[in-house]
Amino acid sequence: MTERRTLQTEQISGHPGPVPGMGMQRNLEVCKLIDATTCIGCKACEVACVEWNDLPFQPTTFDNTYQTMPETNWNYWNLIKFREHQREDGTLMWLMRKDQCMHCADPGCLAACPADGAIVKYANGIVDFHQENCIGCEFCVSGCPFNIPKFNPATKKVYKCTLCSDRVGQGLEPACIKACPTGCLHFGTKEDMKMLAETRAKQLRDVSGFKDAGVYDPESIGGTHVIYVLHDAKNPELYSGLPKDPSIPFAYKAWKSIFKPLGLIGATLGFVGVVFHYVFEGPKREQPEVPPPKPEPPAGRKEL
Amino acid sequence: MATSVGRMQEKEPQFFAKLGHTTVHEGELARHSVYTRFLHWAYGIFFFLALFTGFATYMPFLFRWFAPAFGGPATTRMLHPWFGLGFVFFFGLQAINWWGPMKWTDTDSRWIKHLPEFLRSTQALEPEDVGMYNGGQKLQFWEIVVGSIVYLITGIVMWAGARTFGATSVAISYILHDISALIMLFGIFFHLYQATFGQPGTIQAMTRGTVSEAWAWTHAPAWFRQMTGRDPRQALEQERQRRIARERAIEQLARGGPAGPPGGGRA
Ligand code: HEM
Repeated sequence: MTERRTLQTEQISGHPGPVPGMGMQRNLEVCKLIDATTCIGCKACEVACVEWNDLPFQPTTFDNTYQTMPETNWNYWNLIKFREHQREDGTLMWLMRKDQCMHCADPGCLAACPADGAIVKYANGIVDFHQENCIGCEFCVSGCPFNIPKFNPATKKVYKCTLCSDRVGQGLEPACIKACPTGCLHFGTKEDMKMLAETRAKQLRDVSGFKDAGVYDPESIGGTHVIYVLHDAKNPELYSGLPKDPSIPFAYKAWKSIFKPLGLIGATLGFVGVVFHYVFEGPKREQPEVPPPKPEPPAGRKEL
Repeated sequence: MATSVGRMQEKEPQFFAKLGHTTVHEGELARHSVYTRFLHWAYGIFFFLALFTGFATYMPFLFRWFAPAFGGPATTRMLHPWFGLGFVFFFGLQAINWWGPMKWTDTDSRWIKHLPEFLRSTQALEPEDVGMYNGGQKLQFWEIVVGSIVYLITGIVMWAGARTFGATSVAISYILHDISALIMLFGIFFHLYQATFGQPGTIQAMTRGTVSEAWAWTHAPAWFRQMTGRDPRQALEQERQRRIARERAIEQLARGGPAGPPGGGRA
């Protein structure tokens, strides 16, 4: 029952007017919970993602860490980022963070996208790219605070994690969730996942001694539909550069929505100006004018 | 002028001198060489191609209907940077071509200060010290020079994208590219108007390459003096007297009287 309403389209890039069929059903948001504290970096999710989405093989880069490649790719949407962190007492910690699209409530990619229907946000919170409408401008890449959309130069289209919208639409969990052997990945409604995450964070604080443990669900972009439990929620940057206060560039917010239309009106004033000049002042003709003026030198015309 | 039709002696690349020529009829002055005209229309076409493809992406909400003409939104986006490069390339050559005559002088600063007066049609003649181009034309030229540089730099940044130059530089370029386009579009309306309806007789400067002497003493007096050695205001007055005499002669003829005194014809 919920599966059918989850794929109701909620926002469409570059699309004029309201979204067809909006507001007809109860809104139920989905969420993926990643408990970074129990991830062992096995990469089962990476393989499951490549398999389910039928992505072509991407050569790996070995750099003496437990990371498959430097960053996600157009054909590698899910990557466990690895970082060795030295704590104040000198002991080491391996921080594993499953990096993929965060499915923001206020998606920067969608705000930046100029193509009608290339990026949609479903009412269930999933942000999806529709490559058939993508024009390959890559503005989404610069609009994303998490460096997620990746360009394929061969197809001139941009790709990223879909949160397995095809599976979710059929009432299944995303492939990565299904593959996870430790149970560090969970999938459900945003409400449930938030509660589970807070419970786990409290456990980490109260029982495991991580006094800064907490949930990553950044307010600055209205929250995300992928949330993390972190040992140290005060320093998300430690986890291979998870931004503390992710934000969308001014260019794709106020500039695009307010100043661009105003600027266009301003430029059009040039056209209005010349039309009015012609109507009110008329053309400047070569002198003396044809037909020749009356025998007396013309009056009313001043010469410099 | 010894003959009624002359060939302009043009300093321009050999190829263009062979490609076309400028025929100067009686009562006309040569203004733009074949090379200059070729460049002008080359970047003129690229400007509008870049404008329309650009606007299809600038605000699809209003301009989506430009895209099908260029093969759909994706192809439109693919073509735009090439049109832009075409524009900058040909305008770059023109900028080199016009660097000298476009030099800013005190005359131009004075011209800009008096702009509101020139906008009124009570001001029939340009000030006597206005040469080949007036301050407004030069201002527009330099605006396009600066704008083209902004286009080129920000365009390349957006073309290579965030994967090459980083998200922030693309976001900044996005704004600057827009501003450059808006200013240039605003200015082009005035240019199109002045070249056609605003100052009749101007467009032939860029088509056949010539203007009438009357155009020259009206709109570019100092350039008229430089080209003919005659005083622009005197030339205008002579022409006016000639027409008055001619008018009188016609009126007398109409009344059945004798034709007017000699000198009614062109001096
Ligand atoms: C259909 C469109 C256009 C027409 C009819 C047109 C016409 C003309 C004419 C007649 C001149 C010669 C003026 C003179 O000799 O004083 C001229 C000059 C010039 N044109 Fe255009 N033009 C067009 C489009 C453009 C475009 C798109 C650009 C650049 C973006 C441009 C840039 C210039 C510049 C910089 C000059 C020299 C300075 C000036 O006269 O303002 N033109 N144009």
